[in-house]
Amino acid sequence: MAKKTLGIIGRKLGMTRVFSDDGSVVPVTVIAAGPCPVMQIRTQEKDGYAALQIGFDAREEKDLNKPERGHQAKAGKGFYNVLREIRLDSTEGYEAGQDITVEIFVPGDKIKVTGTSIGKGFQGPMKRHGFGGLRATHGTEKAHRSGGSIGHNTEPGKVMKGKKMAGHMGARTVTCINLEIFDVRPENNLILVKGQVPGHRNGLVMIRKQG
Amino acid sequence: MSNIIRQIESEHLRLDMPSFKPGDTVKVHFRILEGEKERIQVFQGAVLRLRKGTTNCTFTVRKVSDGVGVERVFPMYSPFIERVEVVNEGKVRRSRLYYLRKLKGKASRIKSKNDWNN
Repeated sequence: MAKKTLGIIGRKLGMTRVFSDDGSVVPVTVIAAGPCPVMQIRTQEKDGYAALQIGFDAREEKDLNKPERGHQAKAGKGFYNVLREIRLDSTEGYEAGQDITVEIFVPGDKIKVTGTSIGKGFQGPMKRHGFGGLRATHGTEKAHRSGGSIGHNTEPGKVMKGKKMAGHMGARTVTCINLEIFDVRPENNLILVKGQVPGHRNGLVMIRKQG
Repeated sequence: MSNIIRQIESEHLRLDMPSFKPGDTVKVHFRILEGEKERIQVFQGAVLRLRKGTTNCTFTVRKVSDGVGVERVFPMYSPFIERVEVVNEGKVRRSRLYYLRKLKGKASRIKSKNDWNN
């Protein structure tokens, strides 16, 4: 199992390219992350697992319903739209109300970023699964981008489960691993990640250290 | 585009670049790292295209070296560029001078803007 590491919630702002110290051009994704206060601590004794519940994206108190308001008020750090849990081996050293900021990362850190990929809608098998499609000529009619045969005949008499076909593509949770932190700017709560991260602009992403 | 991204890009811009246009002849003094040593190579040629942008901004320079056309794309704000000299301003009618690739010898010359005989 993957190592449980500390992370932070952020919002993808977009991409650009910058020059690194050695002069080479680096494509970077800019993420506005944190500060995420610890809203609640889940412990082995009480909950059966150890985790931190952190909040992100401030919200007004009146926009929350009563149970949520009560829960979030316990930490005394204001109210948030997004609450996420970060599983850890031990929550020792953390307490409710403590802020987790981008300073947990340093440039050069390997990270993994989880987000919701851009929705592509209903797509054919060529785009969705990388099928080759049918022939362009030699009598092929209206089926140039078809997936071809989907199975056999009387035996087995059915289409195998999990057969790759056309369908909805994208808009699912994707984790990109082995990404690298290019720069951290605690004064603006910004992280610059080398390369791409999943999701569209303003999409929520979870950034975790790679164990 | 987000203001924050624009701000990050602005940190990388250089103010010491001269203004030039496609058709101009420029000398690009480019720093080259050879192992430990650093030296400056000069690449002189005509500006074929200018791609606008902030850190995205690039320009293509074309020269003919020993009868072989050589094109190089330079990032406008690259720290590797020591400096750019504008040797000559050209008189051209389009912004992308790709037609120069097909021309040879006398035909591939660009008229100078400062030459009143043209």
